[in-house]
Amino acid sequence: MTEIFLKLIIGVVSMTALGIVGGFIIQGVDRKLAALMQARIGPLLRQPWWDFLKLMRKENVVPEHAVPWVYNAAPIMAFASVITIFLYLPFAGFNPLMEGYGDLILIMYLLAMPALAMVFGGFASGSPYATIGAQREMVTMIGYELPLGAIVISFAWKMAQSGLAHPFSLKTIAANPIWNLVGPFGIIGFILLLLAMIVVTPAELSKGPFDAPEAKSELAEGLLVEYSGRNLAMFYLALGAKMIAMLGLTVALFFPYTISQYFQVDTTVKIVIEVLFYIIKIFLVMFVSVTLMRVSMARFRITQIVEIYWKLGGTMTFLGLFLIMLDGKL
Amino acid sequence: MSISKALNKSLWVYHVNTGSCNGCDIEIVAAITPRYDPERFGIKLVGTPRHADVILVTGPVTNKMKDKLLRVYHQTPDPKLVMVIGACGVSGGPFYESYTLSGPVDDVVPVDVYVPGCPPRPESIIFGVVTALKKLEEIQKK
Ligand code: SF4
Repeated sequence: MTEIFLKLIIGVVSMTALGIVGGFIIQGVDRKLAALMQARIGPLLRQPWWDFLKLMRKENVVPEHAVPWVYNAAPIMAFASVITIFLYLPFAGFNPLMEGYGDLILIMYLLAMPALAMVFGGFASGSPYATIGAQREMVTMIGYELPLGAIVISFAWKMAQSGLAHPFSLKTIAANPIWNLVGPFGIIGFILLLLAMIVVTPAELSKGPFDAPEAKSELAEGLLVEYSGRNLAMFYLALGAKMIAMLGLTVALFFPYTISQYFQVDTTVKIVIEVLFYIIKIFLVMFVSVTLMRVSMARFRITQIVEIYWKLGGTMTFLGLFLIMLDGKL
Repeated sequence: MSISKALNKSLWVYHVNTGSCNGCDIEIVAAITPRYDPERFGIKLVGTPRHADVILVTGPVTNKMKDKLLRVYHQTPDPKLVMVIGACGVSGGPFYESYTLSGPVDDVVPVDVYVPGCPPRPESIIFGVVTALKKLEEIQKK
């Protein structure tokens, strides 16, 4: 019992540090890459850090019509739930900290939490813009949960069908790269799922082209319209950490490969190699699913978002699931 | 409210139009294009005064816009700067002594930096921002 508490405390502290630092780095790289793609020089890599510092020192306004406790609790709730995801995600080939306790379904629900916290915060801030933003966020969530759910089901089905124990556990999925388990049809199926995952990622992270809930030019930053100072800084932290969580999930599901077994070196060097390889994977996935998406496309309207996720995403994932089942039965 | 070093490196800008002819607004948009790229200094345009550090005011402040400008000013969390873009906001410009004006801007809210011109070029707007940064640095030294 004490052991697990100790593990939890150390885990939470180190994961919080990882979430904050990693979130800053990944946001900095994302902004820099986006700038380079638009033929700009772009901000410094540590720009998110300056933004955060500045926000922390600014006045924290609680609007007159807000419900103060929900309004102030929402950013903390968002950040805390992202850190909770970290406890269940395998990083760089290491087992998740809370292995044996949570599975994919739990992560799916936890991923919805930061968005829900933003919705609560939006409603609680008592601004009409934030209310519209919150409603849009909920509609977007309803949209992307369908493909995301279908992806999770496909993975669990394949794992169960391959006769592995604990099909929903991320540890099982990480230990058995999915591409090794399936035949040609299955590979096509999982490529479809990967594409769907890439389309779901920006909406999960409220990035363009699916950022209708925060539309700067029409909704005056939507959900976050009334937030300032410390609370806004907290939301930035949560968004940065959530980026890592979401990309980490994509990597854990689709690219759980490790390379250190090919090197004849001792364990510490192996760990370094693993971590570096993991960082490269994360940045590659980030480039495709966040930066490229948001630079190459303009914002969709909220009706189009739902249409894309239900029609296109739904068809893609169910076709993928069908192909995977076909492959399994062959 | 103390002014942190980080403020210099991350100025977020909110733009209020208080009755300008849109000339200045277009120049502001020109100043944030890739050619001038103010994001390399951490400057970005935000959509709500609550996130802003700098309020860019264009236009001469018509009677109708006076309350709105005041409201935006009070909505912006401290510490904040006000920049006036264009001859209109500086003195009334082409609308000098018009019966529809409550401005120029510095009759309504305290102004830190003036950028004259009708409209000012993007270069002058960026120069104005640099002047604002210098002013911040001076305040920090004290
Ligand atoms: S200063 Fe000139 S360009 Fe700018 S708003 Fe006034 S009239 Fe238009």
